[in-house]
Amino acid sequence: MTQLLSGSARFRSIRATVPTVDQVTVEDRAAAFTRRSIKTSAKLAGLKMVVSMMDLTTLEGKDTPGKVAYLCRKALHPIESRYDTPPCAAVCVYPNMVRHARRFLGDLSPVKVASVATGFPSGQYALRTKLEETRRAAGDGADEIDMVIDRGAFLSGDFQKVSDEIAAVKEVCGAAHLKVILETGELVTYDNVRLASQIAMEAGADFIKTSTGKVQPAATMPVTLVMLEAIRDYFFATGIRIGMKPAGGIRTAKQSLAYLVMVKETLGDDWLSPGLFRLGASTLLNDVLMQIVKTVDGNYQSADYFSLP
Amino acid sequence: MSAVRLDVRKTYKMFVGGSFVRSESGRSLAVHDPQGRALDNICHASRKDLRDAVVAARSATDGWAKKTPYLRGQILYRAAEMLETRADSLAGEIARSTGATTGKARAEVNLAIDRLVYFAGWTDKFTQVFGAVNPVASSHFNFTSPEPTGVVAVLAPDEPSLLPLVSTLAPVILSGNSAIAIASEKYPLPALTFAEILATSDLPGGVINILSGNRQELIPHIASHLDINAIVDASGMEETHLALQAGTAVNLKRYARRSLAAEAWFGPAGEDAYWILDTVEFKTAWHPIGL
Repeated sequence: MTQLLSGSARFRSIRATVPTVDQVTVEDRAAAFTRRSIKTSAKLAGLKMVVSMMDLTTLEGKDTPGKVAYLCRKALHPIESRYDTPPCAAVCVYPNMVRHARRFLGDLSPVKVASVATGFPSGQYALRTKLEETRRAAGDGADEIDMVIDRGAFLSGDFQKVSDEIAAVKEVCGAAHLKVILETGELVTYDNVRLASQIAMEAGADFIKTSTGKVQPAATMPVTLVMLEAIRDYFFATGIRIGMKPAGGIRTAKQSLAYLVMVKETLGDDWLSPGLFRLGASTLLNDVLMQIVKTVDGNYQSADYFSLP
Repeated sequence: MSAVRLDVRKTYKMFVGGSFVRSESGRSLAVHDPQGRALDNICHASRKDLRDAVVAARSATDGWAKKTPYLRGQILYRAAEMLETRADSLAGEIARSTGATTGKARAEVNLAIDRLVYFAGWTDKFTQVFGAVNPVASSHFNFTSPEPTGVVAVLAPDEPSLLPLVSTLAPVILSGNSAIAIASEKYPLPALTFAEILATSDLPGGVINILSGNRQELIPHIASHLDINAIVDASGMEETHLALQAGTAVNLKRYARRSLAAEAWFGPAGEDAYWILDTVEFKTAWHPIGL
């Protein structure tokens, strides 16, 4: 078995040092978080927190500067001020759109600019290309870089390559924060997710992120729980707080509250802040806003009265 | 071995999004016949069941409205066919619920079938009958055509138990609306059995949703829900009319009232093609004539 794996001795043995994941238990535990009852004022506070943690995302071939400006406007002022709702944490765009987002938001905006990079979503590009792309995105004004790992390398056992690429990208990020997308839908097993999380954290990730949103399944509760537990154990071992970003497939306010519960009960209150927890989504915001308006005004809402997602 | 066999009693479920669901609240109500004997249990819908039904209706309405009028007619006719083959069991349900004679119950079912066939015929006719080509003083063609309003709440009266429900639902959905019907509170079983027949009649899930329970409890939420575009109120109860109209005054949704005496539902007043107009919006388009 070991001769199938390439790379240094350390990486040959890393699988042995990372705990295995019990699939049945983790799925049971994750399902339990969806059964907490969160009502009235706690629900309202939770929904507003979700808005403040949201990376409002548009990652389509048809994105235009106008669409990005629209997204930035929505991130800054998600809804009328009488609902007292904070701005979103960031907008997440393709590298070509970073300068448009930066120009719209200015330098002092509460909303950060995040850019996907390193050959998103596949990651199947040469390291030189990936680094150049990252450098340009950071140079155009991205505060955060969402990189994808090379899943092909990971699945063929070349953990050293995965780790080296993350470290190289981290180096060219400069002041920008680095989120590492594991694309858990392609990693097949929870053991792999746990291992990839460990590799990413050790290589210098500020955040680990589940998915690109381009592959099904994207973020699920169990896979996020596995990553949160990896973050917890890494914190106990090193004292370093790594952030978490589930992305893709979170569409309802109810789901997003379940994620908050999971973060609180796995990592504690420290992680309930946009600095350490984000939700990547494109259509979630409107559902959360509808729930906020429903909670404040008392009647059920219609998508007809909310701006396009 | 003893010949005694226990009855298998049914708890009637509600019809939401093409599935039969219990109330999310877990509540149920016992239904009694006119002599006060317990018949079966039904679900007691909560406001969240209404919300779920609205979501189901909203997601169904686009696809339903885009189907060709001819196909919508075929599907309504198919519902009539399915009703015809199950007419005896539905008549039995009416008879045991309301205490009506089998003959009267069967007559009600027959009329319900005829109403479905009647309104099925209107699907590909109402646009040309109620639409218009308007003369204008410029070089334009000018058309006015009816389009579905969207999601419609339908409140059935307590009596008769089936016929008004069918007679008010058909003109609502034939134009491409989807509907959430609140079954008769006094005799809900025939409406819920009707749902079981609809489920096998090619009608896409969510086009008709049927809730059972306490009408008064749902009224404020029907009135205030912004994703319900219109209300057809056949409840025949003054306090319901007033509560709904007070609510719709705030959000300006359409409101239509059908106040017929129980017997009138069996006559020509219970089959009115102009009812279609209560849940359509007229769109006028200007099209330049080539110079």
